[in-house]
Amino acid sequence: MQRLLRDPQALITGGLLLLITFAGLLAPVLSQHDPNQASLEAVNVAMGSPGHPIGGDANGRDIFARLLASINTAAISAIICSSIALVLGTVGGLIGGYFDKFRNASEWAFTLIMTFPGLLVLILLTPITRGDFRFTMAMFGVLLSPSIYRIVRNLTVAVSRELYVDAAKVSGLTNFRILARHVLSVVRGPIIVAAAFMFGSAISVQSGLAFLGLGSKETPSFGAMIAEGFRNFYISPLQYLWPALALGVINGALVLFGNALRDVLEGARPKPAPIVSKAAVDAARFDGLKPSGAALVDVRDLGVAYRMSQDEQKEVVRGVSFSVEPGETLGLVGESGSGKTQTAFAILGVLPAEAIVTRGSIVLDGNQVIGAKEREMRVLRGASVAYIPQEPMSNLDPVYTVGSQLVEGMRASTSESRGAAKARALDLLRRVGIADPERTFRSYPHQISGGMAQRVLIAGAIASKPRLLIADEPTTALDVTVQAEILDLLRDLQAEFGMGLLLVTHNFGVVADICDRVAVMRQGELVEIGNVEEIFSSPQHEYTKSLLDSILDEETVRKDPPVATVAGRAS
Amino acid sequence: MLIYTLRRLAFGVILFVLVSLITFWLLSFSFDDAVTARLGPAASPETTAALMRELGLDRPVMLQYFDWLAHVVQGDLGKSFFTGEPVASAVPARMGVTLSIVVPALLISVAISVILGVTAAARGGVVDKVVQGMMLFGYLVPNLLVAIFFVVLFAIQLHLLPATGFTPFSKDPAAWARSVTIPIIALVVAGAANISNQIRGAMIDELRRDYVRTLRTRGISPMSIVIRHALRNAAGPALTVFGFEFITMFGGALIIEQVFALPGYGIYSFNSALENDFPVILGLTVFGVFLTVGVNLVTDLANGWLNPKARIH
Repeated sequence: MQRLLRDPQALITGGLLLLITFAGLLAPVLSQHDPNQASLEAVNVAMGSPGHPIGGDANGRDIFARLLASINTAAISAIICSSIALVLGTVGGLIGGYFDKFRNASEWAFTLIMTFPGLLVLILLTPITRGDFRFTMAMFGVLLSPSIYRIVRNLTVAVSRELYVDAAKVSGLTNFRILARHVLSVVRGPIIVAAAFMFGSAISVQSGLAFLGLGSKETPSFGAMIAEGFRNFYISPLQYLWPALALGVINGALVLFGNALRDVLEGARPKPAPIVSKAAVDAARFDGLKPSGAALVDVRDLGVAYRMSQDEQKEVVRGVSFSVEPGETLGLVGESGSGKTQTAFAILGVLPAEAIVTRGSIVLDGNQVIGAKEREMRVLRGASVAYIPQEPMSNLDPVYTVGSQLVEGMRASTSESRGAAKARALDLLRRVGIADPERTFRSYPHQISGGMAQRVLIAGAIASKPRLLIADEPTTALDVTVQAEILDLLRDLQAEFGMGLLLVTHNFGVVADICDRVAVMRQGELVEIGNVEEIFSSPQHEYTKSLLDSILDEETVRKDPPVATVAGRAS
Repeated sequence: MLIYTLRRLAFGVILFVLVSLITFWLLSFSFDDAVTARLGPAASPETTAALMRELGLDRPVMLQYFDWLAHVVQGDLGKSFFTGEPVASAVPARMGVTLSIVVPALLISVAISVILGVTAAARGGVVDKVVQGMMLFGYLVPNLLVAIFFVVLFAIQLHLLPATGFTPFSKDPAAWARSVTIPIIALVVAGAANISNQIRGAMIDELRRDYVRTLRTRGISPMSIVIRHALRNAAGPALTVFGFEFITMFGGALIIEQVFALPGYGIYSFNSALENDFPVILGLTVFGVFLTVGVNLVTDLANGWLNPKARIH
């Protein structure tokens, strides 16, 4: 609530809306005439005439009084419509989302409501509403309820699957209390935002219908006033202006208020910051002039940060330096949050838009990566460096076949024809251990298993014969039996192609299996780096020691008290 | 794919029956009002009863409904209470006029929105802010006001386009084009604002996905990623929005027709509602529901074609 008050957009528009609403409520006090009272001397009278601050309309009624009364009509329309939509949609969504057995019925009911052709229905059912706008708005509320239903249902389904709801059930909370407490609190935000936009819709629709002349003549509304003003345009153009302006302002304020509400309640999207600070680019350029030897990639003093708020940023990679030689495997080890994946992304140039590279230099295959343009990076990606992601399924485009994605990746780095690329892709699939390459080539990602998907991604990475391969926890998402096979595959491929391999992992078993050297990261810093044998036999840093100690071993029974690690856990 | 289509069709038929039933039942509450309206307040109870019997309005409601439904299935929608015109031919003609504004408006809105939404999402920065500003403007100004504004500007001040009136395409294509231009612009302003907002949101979400990053690491060009991959994935949800927008535009057109005196669905609905002309009202409902169900069906099918995973359902 306080955040809402601090947001200028919300404050201004919200305040304006409150002001307008109060003006409407105070109508009898503020205006001297009844909105429907017609008097001959007030016909088309100009602005500023005594007793008629904004003039009189073609029927001799006071425009100011009518404007204020129209505000009330609009407010009532909005409230009736939104309440019905909210109550119907929320109850339906809660029940349909939470109780599986009712879901079919609720889906049917709301799909049925959605099939009524909107505005048309409101017009066609005039015979039974007899022009009473409140009845019409109630019907509109019913027609709008499916959109609320969908929001509530989706959120309820998502929440009901969360583990804490199972916990609540187990501890004996009734369904009603679970719904009320957990689900409603999540659903509150989006509903409030939806309500704000519905207010706008209701007012617009009611105005539209009144404009058409479907409402009762007794009810003053913006729509009716606009219609009259339109008819009178040549005689007195201002009569059209005031209601139009009022409607526009109210509508606009509601939309802007809704947007501000949404930003506050659902969180604004992170604003992208420039990837690299100028100082870093200059320093890096200078650094890149120094020959870096034969190393495939030479990372020096890399710093990557994210903006936390207007003034502060948090560094997630703090001055990391290492290099990878051709033919060697370097393991980059650390717990979650240690910054190892961010480092990998920095090398590839695929950090998210909000990341800022604060310092350092990355020389990849003789090219400086920090500050490099996308064009230059594209040349490097595929041929100089390639990436195997951690989660196989989410890293394949679901709407294209596996084969077409492979071919596309290959043709981005080489100039092969489609036929040649396809033949090579099938070869690669065979090489990475897929039993039926043809079938896999034709399959969609959702039709293959996780292990196969990981092999496909490996095939995609090595397709353009990269000099450096970055594998990001390539076995974490897989079954134990498959893990060993994948590691063997990587080792063979490395030997065959002479690649350098940067293996990001939190698993020391994997490190012991295939790495030559190891770099240990904690909270963004590199705490130790060296040969695998040395690190395992005589770790120098406290953190490395505690990591190695915490590897569970069947023979060892833990005797030490449960102290996690050296002070300052990465979180 | 075929089974999917057939299932959707069957679903549509059931919805159609339910909607028409509910509408019929709701309208039945004012059957006697229609008769009194036609005869005037001075009519005697005998005359009223006679007319009701003649029109078949004194029978039980469910019986009347099934009778009507049976006729509908054979293509007979009855005749207007007032003009005697067969509904089955009168309504489609009006529908044609309205669709001749709505369909081009939707197509133009989609084209503009895809360009604006994709560019805003992919480029970000200043371009994004500008596009968001344009969308906001489209949202803020109600259809009604845009329409009237354009009439004032183009027709009254500049005398470039006609303020009212409609020329059928078959009679004179050029005049038709001129008569529908302002109505279409009015619909496009609001429609494009809504659709481009949805597309922009969907594209931003899509571009954050893991597979986009992996595609980048393969060296594939950003343009290719945005258009071939992200857009195609975002198209599914976007299509659903197109469907809704079409229905909304159809509703918006009803009001626009009034402003521009176009002899379309809207004015016909409006008049028949005021006159309690039930066969016409029901006929309009029938076609309206056809439209809604048809649009939903088409978007579902397109979604199934675009997204192989959706076909499982």
